[in-house]
Amino acid sequence: MTTADLLGKIIQVVAALAAFSLVIGLVLFLIDKAPKRGRDYWQLAFFLLPAVILLLVGLIYPAFRTTLLAFSNSSGDWVGAENFIWMFTQPAALVTLGNTVIWVICVPIISTAIGLAYAMFIDKSRGEKYFKALVFMPMAISFVGAGIIWRFVYDYKSGGNEQIGLLNQIMVWVGLEPVQWLQSSPINTFLLIVVMIWIQTGFAMVICSAAIKGVPAEQIEAAQLDGTNPWQRFTNVTLPGIRGSLVVVITTISIATLKVFDIVRTMTAGNFNTSVIANEMYTQAFRAGEQGRGAALAIVLFLLVLPIVIYNVRILRQQREIR
Amino acid sequence: MSDNVVDLPIPGTAPAVDTRAEVATKSTRVKRRLTSRRATVVALAIAVLWTLPTFGLFISSFRPAGLISTTGWWTIFQNPGFTLDNYNEVLFSTSQSSPQLGAYFVNSLAIAIPATIFPLVLAAMAAYAFAWIKFKWSGGLFVLIFALQIVPLQLALIPLLQMFTQFLRPGQAWVHDLIPMIPEQGYLPVWIAHTIFALPLAIFLLHNFISEIPGEVIEAARVDGASHGQVFFRIVLPLAVPALASFAIFQFLWVWNDLLVALIFSGGTPDVAPLTQRLAELTGTRGQDWQRLTAAAFVSLVVPLIVFFSLQRYFVRGLLAGSTKG
Repeated sequence: MTTADLLGKIIQVVAALAAFSLVIGLVLFLIDKAPKRGRDYWQLAFFLLPAVILLLVGLIYPAFRTTLLAFSNSSGDWVGAENFIWMFTQPAALVTLGNTVIWVICVPIISTAIGLAYAMFIDKSRGEKYFKALVFMPMAISFVGAGIIWRFVYDYKSGGNEQIGLLNQIMVWVGLEPVQWLQSSPINTFLLIVVMIWIQTGFAMVICSAAIKGVPAEQIEAAQLDGTNPWQRFTNVTLPGIRGSLVVVITTISIATLKVFDIVRTMTAGNFNTSVIANEMYTQAFRAGEQGRGAALAIVLFLLVLPIVIYNVRILRQQREIR
Repeated sequence: MSDNVVDLPIPGTAPAVDTRAEVATKSTRVKRRLTSRRATVVALAIAVLWTLPTFGLFISSFRPAGLISTTGWWTIFQNPGFTLDNYNEVLFSTSQSSPQLGAYFVNSLAIAIPATIFPLVLAAMAAYAFAWIKFKWSGGLFVLIFALQIVPLQLALIPLLQMFTQFLRPGQAWVHDLIPMIPEQGYLPVWIAHTIFALPLAIFLLHNFISEIPGEVIEAARVDGASHGQVFFRIVLPLAVPALASFAIFQFLWVWNDLLVALIFSGGTPDVAPLTQRLAELTGTRGQDWQRLTAAAFVSLVVPLIVFFSLQRYFVRGLLAGSTKG
């Protein structure tokens, strides 16, 4: 990297940020000067339109175009439901669907449970800050970085060579044969899931911890005076108090899990029966040139998340009504 | 949720309540130490389990290449060895076979900072409109935007890339002619893509927070003749700083962590590609070069850790409760 390269990069960033704030400031200034009649509409447009237009052009329209693609083959001809038939009949594609289901059941439940338990255990303890930092740390690590970290844990050395992967060393210590973990189906899928849980637990823990601290101390104390034990206080006071946050945590993690791509890509590239829908979509659309199949996989993904979102919307509605 | 309703303290009795609360807290603390030993052990076990993999890689990144590939990092005391060569090589070596991470590091920063600020501002504006400007279809539009979170971004990739090639590329070429220092393949597509994909979640989260700001505050300002712009910048944004900071942290980390958007929109050149893309390449082509991979992984880890630790104070108790109570 030369100095000119670096300068070019800095210019790009500074210019973009300056242009962005200039436009926002200018429009705001002009709108305050707009004639009184209709000013409310101008203001509404200023606040809402940038986001709405971006979403319309960048997400909704492309999504519709991709939906059309799902019913076409690689050369753009209409093929009806052929891509979907492929997905539900080919053994390899079925494995992909099955793996995705396993992922989306395991990751949100386990990481939320561990995150919540951990947040409860360390709440108000000495060194809480440091406890939190340790578990949140994986959240800060890129998925690719996490992939490297865990590939190192799962590393395998053949024959009598000394193991450098921790997991295989543990196998040796307890007197078992070392295993080529990432090549052994079906255990490898669960080993990849461990990586995602390892990352998402930090997120769950941080949100749960903030929610727990938001539960009024008076309620806990009142329950305590009533002679309840810690478990009763947890299920009867804390849990109802943090229900909204739990829903946000579980749904957010579920959505992230369904879209998981980087971990599978870096650790096995979807080989050895570990592929998931998001990875298969990338492979089909951008590697194999089968855009139709990729699009069809995307639609199945969409249908899988739909129930989660409907549930989330209902919770949201309830909260709005109460207000 | 009726459980959330808290009885307001009656002003006259407040001091008495306070002392009782204090006593109760003290006794709680004593009890906690006695009963929660098992909880502490479990928490410690989780903490160790969560740290060990990273710790092992961290130790290994300082070990000489020969030792990494033949002995486990836990044998560091039997097989001592310390070197900074691995970092020196991945960051500064100009040899063709080395990762040359310097340029990619700059790219990651140059992508992540604007890609955090753009959606943050736009989403805060939209969230404000949904919360405090009354208009037709407000509820329906909000639910629609919320529902967009589930549109897998893969669904938008191919058409979006086509649009960028068609409409953005000529503009970028023009800028490149004007200022040759700026490469024709710039950050702009990556920024825009990240902004679009961040908006649904950002609007939803910020709306949750902004709509909880007490209505009296905003109505009072409106009655005094403040425009929506003034209310937004003078009242809503300052009150929403905790929410903005929390979202900024997650968005920054998300962009920094991202591989897919970078793969599609960066073109993979040292001009644009971020660290993650380079690391993924290295894993694919040199998966057993642990002396390089360990150090490279830690180079990608430094910035998010700094961000997290310096902004951690925003994760304090009762983000909202604080602002309404105070």
